[in-house]
Amino acid sequence: MSGNTLLSVEDVTVDLPTPRGNLRAVDRVNLTVGAGQTLGIVGESGCGKTMLSRAILQLLPKKAKLSGRVMFDGQDLFQLPAERLRRLRGRSLAVVFQDPMTSLNPVLTIGTQLIETLQEHLELDDATASRRSVELLTAVGIPAPEQRLGQYPHQLSGGMRQRVAIAIALSCEPKLLIADEPTTALDVTIQAQILDLLAREQRRRHMAMIIITHDLGVVAGRTDDVAVMYAGRVVERAPTPALFKKMRMPYTEALLAALPKLDAAPHTPLPAISGRPPDPTRPLQGCSFSPRCRYAAARCKNEKPALTEAESREHQYACFYPIEVHAEAGA
Amino acid sequence: MMQQAVPPSEPLLAVDDLVVEYPVGQRTVHAVSGVSLQIARGETLGLVGESGCGKSTLGRAVLQLRRPTSGRVLFDGHDLTAMQGDALRMMRRRVQLIFQDPIASLNPRRKIGDIVAEPLVIAGIKDAEKRRELVYEVLSAVGLDPALVVGRLPHEFSGGQCQRICIARALILNPEFIVCDEPVSALDVSIRAQILNLLEEMKGRFGLTLLFIAHDLAVVKAVSDRVAVMYLGRLCEVGPSEQLFARPAHPYTALLIEAIPVPDPDIRPAVSVPVGEPPSPIAPPSGCRFRTRCPRADAQCSKEVPELRAVAPGQFAACHHPLI
Repeated sequence: MSGNTLLSVEDVTVDLPTPRGNLRAVDRVNLTVGAGQTLGIVGESGCGKTMLSRAILQLLPKKAKLSGRVMFDGQDLFQLPAERLRRLRGRSLAVVFQDPMTSLNPVLTIGTQLIETLQEHLELDDATASRRSVELLTAVGIPAPEQRLGQYPHQLSGGMRQRVAIAIALSCEPKLLIADEPTTALDVTIQAQILDLLAREQRRRHMAMIIITHDLGVVAGRTDDVAVMYAGRVVERAPTPALFKKMRMPYTEALLAALPKLDAAPHTPLPAISGRPPDPTRPLQGCSFSPRCRYAAARCKNEKPALTEAESREHQYACFYPIEVHAEAGA
Repeated sequence: MMQQAVPPSEPLLAVDDLVVEYPVGQRTVHAVSGVSLQIARGETLGLVGESGCGKSTLGRAVLQLRRPTSGRVLFDGHDLTAMQGDALRMMRRRVQLIFQDPIASLNPRRKIGDIVAEPLVIAGIKDAEKRRELVYEVLSAVGLDPALVVGRLPHEFSGGQCQRICIARALILNPEFIVCDEPVSALDVSIRAQILNLLEEMKGRFGLTLLFIAHDLAVVKAVSDRVAVMYLGRLCEVGPSEQLFARPAHPYTALLIEAIPVPDPDIRPAVSVPVGEPPSPIAPPSGCRFRTRCPRADAQCSKEVPELRAVAPGQFAACHHPLI
């Protein structure tokens, strides 16, 4: 990780009690994000990527059991008193959710919600807060911002609501923005605009960002590092160019191969990943991906591979038989 | 009559100047405004567009699940818009629909075996043994183990498996034509590929013709022979898949292609995507409906509605200033 570390996630595990037994949603995850850097967390539904972000934000369900440590800007978030944590969230640690209505209050105007946030954390007077709100709405590309202040969320389109949610998240100049599937609910042309907006504001504010997504296309051009999650664990992490050029984990390879490609001819069969992810309440003894992995051998069923370094300390993967080794064996 | 995108052989389905409007309060939503297209037997036509562009409404109007305001839908020479009651019901055996949300499309209280057999019951097949045989056959065809599946309830299955069940139910009457409305957009990447491959396999095996509706261009291209692009109730462009993606003629098609995030870190994301969102279908812009977001729009575009015109062999665009 280049520069100074802003966030470090150390051995974080999240357990959720369910009627069917304990569900390990996040399993000993280690990650770091440097100041001003962007980390992409990629995985399919149920892989634990959202639970991990909730653990960082301390927004887990009450019954969740949490272990490990999250250091943010020199503070241990798990040890912080509730009031200090509340001041931190929204101020230097902000979040944008997939559905903007998760964070917007349907019965308050856009203006009230923006001004409230600004006054709560920055103690601005009414006139300054209102001026800042207009500036923020302009920055996120909302036309006629003065009129919008008086409108309610339901009067805006999905894309506009997400812009408002981003404006509120950016309002206190956070050091880290966690964007959890920020564009999944949006159309492709709106998605491109929102991702451009996030990238532009990030550069301008020198803010660090975590983009959580299921779409490898979204992380490819817009992140410095990528962590791939499967069944609660990080199974590969690397600087983005290294991940796409020299992926080691068979799951990463399979995920990329299963995407329909624009440059492939119509009716080209897709290399699908057979089966489906394991039941998280019935953890496997060996590698969680082994039942679906085309390279799996006996060892993979019995032993869990730890994250191992590839050629650099930044690139790590959890596999006994990483991609390169197959290539050599096949040659 | 405007020119149409004519597929290579005799069309199984011909949609002719279809209009679907519905009232919202005192106003009218112009969901589909004069769409004409044809699908040849054995062909897959992909229909893409953003939410609210009318693509799902068009799919439903084709099947007469929503009666069009005007226009005709000819299926194998029969005008579905003129049919009622039993005649339409008979015709519906030959056309089927697969929805986006596979879990919501299955009755949560019924067993899978009954759900898949239901079309047979409606079609009047009284022999229970015969029905069981057909259910087993179609469930194996979609890659499920019939003996393990028939007695269970939908909640016991994942999204991908539920979509397999929906596909089985759509196939059991041996239809000729299926409208697939966003069949994989609710599924994870690894499962999506399985279902797309299954649809392709079933198309070959059952000799199907498909109208494949989706917002994801890469998904549409993977399965479609030709692609039609819709914007705010109108068709912008129709053409053979490869050709359309290689040389889009309509600025909106080009915008859609440019906006797709590509999983390659060497390709920097495009920065030319214009700010702006589709206008409301309650008050669509005059002339060309895309003009409010189009970099090439001029005075003509606000006055005249562009008609579909040939821009290349088999490729048609509705634009006064096409890119080719």
